[in-house]
Amino acid sequence: MIKRPKPERFRLRRTMMFMNAQRPGLIKDAYIYGSDSIMLDLEDAVAENQKDAARFSLYHALTTIDYGSTEVIVRINGLDTPHWQEDIRVCVAGGADGIRIAKCESADNVKTIDAALTEAEKEFGVEVGRTLIIAALESPKGILNAYEICCASERLFGVAISGGDFRRCMQTKFDPSGIDMLAARGQMLLAARAAGIQCFDTVFTDLDDDEGFEAELRQIKAMGFDGKSIINPKQIRPVHELLAPTQKEVQQAEAMVNAFREAAAAGIGVFTVNGKMVDVAHIPGAERTLKLAKACGMYEGDLV
Amino acid sequence: MEILKSATAGTLESSDALVTVEPGEGIELELSSSVINQYGRQIRATILETLDRLQVQNARVTVVDKGALDCTLKARVECAVFRSCGKSASNIPWGGVIR
Repeated sequence: MIKRPKPERFRLRRTMMFMNAQRPGLIKDAYIYGSDSIMLDLEDAVAENQKDAARFSLYHALTTIDYGSTEVIVRINGLDTPHWQEDIRVCVAGGADGIRIAKCESADNVKTIDAALTEAEKEFGVEVGRTLIIAALESPKGILNAYEICCASERLFGVAISGGDFRRCMQTKFDPSGIDMLAARGQMLLAARAAGIQCFDTVFTDLDDDEGFEAELRQIKAMGFDGKSIINPKQIRPVHELLAPTQKEVQQAEAMVNAFREAAAAGIGVFTVNGKMVDVAHIPGAERTLKLAKACGMYEGDLV
Repeated sequence: MEILKSATAGTLESSDALVTVEPGEGIELELSSSVINQYGRQIRATILETLDRLQVQNARVTVVDKGALDCTLKARVECAVFRSCGKSASNIPWGGVIR
């Protein structure tokens, strides 16, 4: 049986790729594409009369296939279905890194899942607290309650918006400008950052519209998202490339951190680097840029 | 486990297998596979081991394999057996007889 290392609550998650847990052809080699996380789906991708079969398939995939450093998340069925409790049992028994709560609308939803995970961890002899949670916000109510949701559990590493259901609730549809989701994305980001957790954008469903995909990526990068849910391996590379810092940003960040450390030692608080004012407030951002650059293979120094 | 009624699990998609279990006398296995010449013995052994682990002693089992990995074969056989007993939906012994 494959024993996965203890999941890391805050790790690099630029891409989280959905795949149907019921289709062996998909999940057997899901790790080779290089997405940061995969999300094996027990929810919408699995027909109502195949929920049981998907769990057997998932259990053996989790315990047999070595996914390496790819994070393995399972999207479980909603709290309003008869399936979610058994979904949680199989995820914990199989050693999934985390579970994704679909259609999350309140802190209570998260706490219910948290308690069920604890119970399952005790049942299967797994360290309590090991299994992480990501909550998907798919309705106006979920977005309005984003902050209480973001603060609801120590297991929660992030929130994700789900565009399909959200747009339906809002009686709107996809707009290339992003205006359809702007308020919701903004509110969810504020809540996630206030709570100190990660924030992920919805899927882009038109696989032939490369330009539209790129435009959306630029927008979510500018807004400050950590990553994006994806539905096809061909979407991995554009996301990784566009969410990576530019060469120039990396150089500036490196210069800033270096200069700050020297200045701090010399008792100086504010100074300039390449003509830009720098003080202590800029340093965490510069360090984050360097960490991301390191994860993307663009930086090999030892400042972070 | 006792096979009470006929049940199936799986599909005929590539990398999958369609497993049918029915009440029978002793274990009767009918296997067809797209890779029977290469892996027939291994597939048969995996199916029989899984049935043995579930303590199924009497069943007529039909498997149409489309190049499934061992872990998929196990999952499909187990699901079909649990379905035939009406026990596939909850309280599955993960890590117990399912392993």
